[in-house]
Amino acid sequence: MKMDITQRCHLLIEDLSVARGERVVFGGVSLRVGSGEIAEVTGPNGVGKSTLLRAIAGFLPLGSGRISWVESEATDTALLAERLHYVGHLDGLKSALTARENLDIGRGLLGRGRLTPLEALGRMELAHVLDLPVGYLSAGQRRRVALARLLITDRPLWLLDEPLTALDRHARALLKAVAADHLASGGLMLAATHEQLGLPGTIQVRLEAR
Amino acid sequence: MTRILLLVFLRDLMLARRIGGGGVLGLVFFLSLVTVVPFAIGPDLHLLSRIGPAILWIAALLATLLGLDRLFQADHEDGSLDQMLLSPAPLELIVLFKCVAHWSVTGLPLALLSPLFGLMLDLDGQALWAVPATLLVGTPTFTFLGAIGAALTVTLRRGGLLLSILVVPLAVPVLIFGVSAAQSGTVPFLTPFLILCALGLASVALAPIAAAAALRGAGE
Repeated sequence: MKMDITQRCHLLIEDLSVARGERVVFGGVSLRVGSGEIAEVTGPNGVGKSTLLRAIAGFLPLGSGRISWVESEATDTALLAERLHYVGHLDGLKSALTARENLDIGRGLLGRGRLTPLEALGRMELAHVLDLPVGYLSAGQRRRVALARLLITDRPLWLLDEPLTALDRHARALLKAVAADHLASGGLMLAATHEQLGLPGTIQVRLEAR
Repeated sequence: MTRILLLVFLRDLMLARRIGGGGVLGLVFFLSLVTVVPFAIGPDLHLLSRIGPAILWIAALLATLLGLDRLFQADHEDGSLDQMLLSPAPLELIVLFKCVAHWSVTGLPLALLSPLFGLMLDLDGQALWAVPATLLVGTPTFTFLGAIGAALTVTLRRGGLLLSILVVPLAVPVLIFGVSAAQSGTVPFLTPFLILCALGLASVALAPIAAAAALRGAGE
């Protein structure tokens, strides 16, 4: 499934609130992210940054409010799950499989993109671990393999939950370069983070403790 | 979409082979149960051959339940399930193919090897082919019913016991018709066997929907 990433699209969140059980995690979040834009969600621990991203990805039921995905002038929110990448605290990698196998599976599940697994790992400067089981890798290397998944399938919206965790300074620079390329080609990003990615034109969203 | 589902199937086979445990574990468990029962029952060959099919069936049920709690839990714990939710293929079909993969490394070898274990229980000629035939239909039914329990307990650390409690009552009808088809003499083979097939088809059709709904609801 090839996705034309260059067409204009945007994500619109209106007055969103999410509850887990009886407890309202956050409420009243409104946000618009368009092509080429990045929004950084900040706030203290436990304020619901990860919950917000998981709700947008469709993993959690919404309390109230609306999430809409607009693509070539038409609202088609049903498509949202097929238009986004999610990289969370759990990396979604199988320790028993090699980086190549993991990425092949990711590519098969999510759809083909411009880069092959080898090229994507090369971009994250990790080509040498291609045939090593992911279980042998360090936390930072695993993270980079998970981030390489962003490149093997072209999806316009990237949801990144603490993408800088476990990355060294060099890997952070790599991620920033990859993110800047994605934005330049018309992609959208939403990152929950404590440290600024420092990309130009960042929309700041701050969640406050209730 | 077929490609995605085939990929899920092959991935689970590859993981089962790479990690080990799962399939072989169930088979060894099956073998040890079947070996131990004659010691408990004593040297009455006649009794043994009469209850042999029932022993094989109970052993098959327990061996299937053994590894079932990891069916979705392993993917839930490392975030793979999230990635599957983002795939264009519907979760119901992904669940279906995961179940088929699980069955082909646990239930299938067990059903195929059951005549060998039947010999240890002194089964007669008819039961020797009736047992594998019924197990071939019955073990996937156990897997699919178990998938509902596995999906419901996916967030629980030690969900195995709860899973058994949830699944065993559902498995009782399968056990009744399976054993009565496998036991030669009492009733004709075909009638209970066809009911067993019907139960199997119903579980294949309905269990993935139930399990997928449970997995979506699990969303932490």
